Amino acid sequence: MSAFLQMRGISLAFPGTQALSDVDLTVERGEIRALLGENGAGKSTLMKVLAGVERPDAGSVTLDGTAIDPRSPKEAHAAGVAMVFQEMSLADNLSVAENISLGSLPNRLGAVRWRSVRKTAAAALAQLHVDIPLGTKAGELTIAQQQMVEIAKAVTGELKVLILDEPTSALTETETEELFALMRRLSDRGVSVLYISHNLEEIIAVCDSVTVMRDGTAVATHQVADTTVDMLITEMVGRELTDMMPKQSSEVGDVLLDVRDLVVDGKTEPVSFTVRAGEVVGFAGLLGAGRSSLMRCLVGDIPRTSGQVLVNGQPLQPRQPKDAVRRGLGYLSDDRRASGIVGKLGIRENIGLGCLSLNSQFGVMKSIQERRLAEDTVAQMRIRCSSIEKSVAELSGGNQQKVVLGRWMAAGVDVLILDEPTRGIDVGAKTEVYQLINTLTAAGKAVILVSSYLPEVLGMSDRVIVMRGGQITGEHPRDGITSEAVMYDATGQKRSEQLPPLTTADLVMKEHQ
Amino acid sequence: MSTIEAQRQTASDATKSTSALRRVLGPLANQLAPFTIVIVMCIGLFILTPHFLTTSNIKGNLVQMSSLAILAVGATMVIVAAGIDLSVSSIVALSGVVSAKAIVAFGVGIPLGLLIGIAVGGVVGLINGLLVSKLGLPAFITTLGTLSVCAGAALLITNGQAVYGLPAGFGWLGTGEVLGIPVPVIVMVIVAIAGHMLLAHTTLGRAAYAIGGNARTARLSGINVGMVLVTLFVISGLLAGLAGVLEASRVVSGQPAAGANYNLLAIAAAVIGGASLFGGEGKILGAIIGATILQLISNGSNLLDISTFWQSVIVGVVVILAVLYDQFRQSRARKAGTHHP
Repeated sequence: MSAFLQMRGISLAFPGTQALSDVDLTVERGEIRALLGENGAGKSTLMKVLAGVERPDAGSVTLDGTAIDPRSPKEAHAAGVAMVFQEMSLADNLSVAENISLGSLPNRLGAVRWRSVRKTAAAALAQLHVDIPLGTKAGELTIAQQQMVEIAKAVTGELKVLILDEPTSALTETETEELFALMRRLSDRGVSVLYISHNLEEIIAVCDSVTVMRDGTAVATHQVADTTVDMLITEMVGRELTDMMPKQSSEVGDVLLDVRDLVVDGKTEPVSFTVRAGEVVGFAGLLGAGRSSLMRCLVGDIPRTSGQVLVNGQPLQPRQPKDAVRRGLGYLSDDRRASGIVGKLGIRENIGLGCLSLNSQFGVMKSIQERRLAEDTVAQMRIRCSSIEKSVAELSGGNQQKVVLGRWMAAGVDVLILDEPTRGIDVGAKTEVYQLINTLTAAGKAVILVSSYLPEVLGMSDRVIVMRGGQITGEHPRDGITSEAVMYDATGQKRSEQLPPLTTADLVMKEHQ
Repeated sequence: MSTIEAQRQTASDATKSTSALRRVLGPLANQLAPFTIVIVMCIGLFILTPHFLTTSNIKGNLVQMSSLAILAVGATMVIVAAGIDLSVSSIVALSGVVSAKAIVAFGVGIPLGLLIGIAVGGVVGLINGLLVSKLGLPAFITTLGTLSVCAGAALLITNGQAVYGLPAGFGWLGTGEVLGIPVPVIVMVIVAIAGHMLLAHTTLGRAAYAIGGNARTARLSGINVGMVLVTLFVISGLLAGLAGVLEASRVVSGQPAAGANYNLLAIAAAVIGGASLFGGEGKILGAIIGATILQLISNGSNLLDISTFWQSVIVGVVVILAVLYDQFRQSRARKAGTHHP
């Protein structure tokens, strides 16, 4: 008897790259299968073929004994395949119920049958054990809730295969656990789940099996029980990665940033902390703890209600980020595409964006100097590109992030705030980002590392500040810090209380001990 | 299977040769399509009518397109930063009548009168810029508003009547010649070169592209977005003022209804020349080529006895095709971007 889902010999070429070459994938009914691989390995592309978004050049797909060849997501949905994309595709201004039925709104001669819309939506959400008011506008939901609505949309048909593309990158730990529980429920009902992720700990926590992809081919498939994190990483990158977080402590110098009783309008209570030269200060906390707002306020992107900020001992009251940049304070935002890169400009222009005045005289660009700076930065950051004139949009996520980091390196800021710098980039690029943090601190710069990825904050920081509900709830030196201690501060629970299991974070901590 | 591979091979070869071509032609590459259209149109007109390739016709074309080209330079700058300036056509009228009125009614000298006219454009540009950047109003509506205000102001100042009685010297800017080259053509060339330098080689230009490409990123990178936008609108206003006094000088009078079509044409020239209405793309050279195409449509229609009613239709179709092409390019670029999630 043949398998539930069988993809055979799938090949697909894009101009310039062979995205998939002769990939086979076999998944059993109800199996939760992870697709793991670096950016550009072909995971998303393979899933887009299955979901009818891309058409393969060669190959065949059989699902539940029937050959399928979906030419659109709608055809795929009809065949029982649904994909939840990294970027949410909900209509923000429509209600949850409308979104769930969107694309096939039940109607009579064009007039929408609202009762039926609500019934369908309620049934779908009930099936998932998810409680979201049907009338809420999608734009008002949290990212986690939006995801649930996306999944609810998928289960309105007869769902056989659910594809999730990096679903947890913007979720808190609790929300992630809820998503995992949902995946298990679907799996119990015979739905196969294909789960694309960079996060090894999550894969081990929730998946039955894992297929590793590299350079458009499926390298290996394992039962999760038979594998280890080290093994997967080696297969993924094709080389040994002995140390994922190569933290090097640097000599700590003077206070570069001194924040006193800073209040961000409606976002934080008075917050005080200092950052010294050569130091990495991690900011841990759950989503919505106010960390990003605090950082954006520091650089003048959002207004400050009260408090004082000293940079190099001098007060800084930025009216816009320009004022902060001029004083040596840079902010790398947590959303690379929306506020990190300018996709229409080249690598050279993107790198030079933070130091226009450095590369010009009387407003006229010194193009030779700009080019040299960009070339040096590309070499130093090991940005993989054929030319600095290439559009930054053509780079992989990891290389784009290195361009944004390179912008701040080139600008020569003293204090660099990194907000989720490794979100959505592959393991290899992550390690390179960590090494760049080392380079910065070795040069006497200070780094603020905001991250929701606990192993990263713990692994790379000299000091960890924990925030919760707009307040600093704890500060821990590097020595003797544990993920439990940070989680207690982040969730506001006392030690005696029952905590959600810390499986994901613990795993990595153990790997490092 | 083998045919597919062969096709793929040809496709990749084609990509290679295009990139080589791109390197050679450098900045011209993006303007290649519109530039080819100009050549084809010229050859076509040369074949169809003996009156096209004459010194007087070429000269006439250059003079006639000068105001439009100047406006297209301003339009390109604003569009590159993802803005739009719809007020230029009535700035043309307002600056023309203010300049004429200042000379006729208040007896200021010709140079000062011309400068006042240009400055009026700058002031309107400043108002546009402040409303857009400081109050965060959408550029489209804001400049639509000032368009109406300026049109009304031009009529109020003149009571709806053209301003005559200007000294003969007033006509030099629009009709004079230096070394056999018409003055408006010289002005156009200077504006084009200055505009190109500004957009391609200054921090202001770079900031404009960054803002048009991604305003959030530009802001966080330390670019004073508001200041840049105000400056660009002021430049657009000043250039409209310049075009206004040029037009007034050409007819040696202040016409309160001058410049009526220039809004559409200036933006059309920019877009035909490769400026993207989504922002972040566009070159001055392209705007000049765009203005040339529009001028050739007008000249060609006259030479070939096509009615002006049809000219309007043709221009409209060309504009829609240009925007369509822009849209197509954008979606292709987006698609290329998604291959590396």
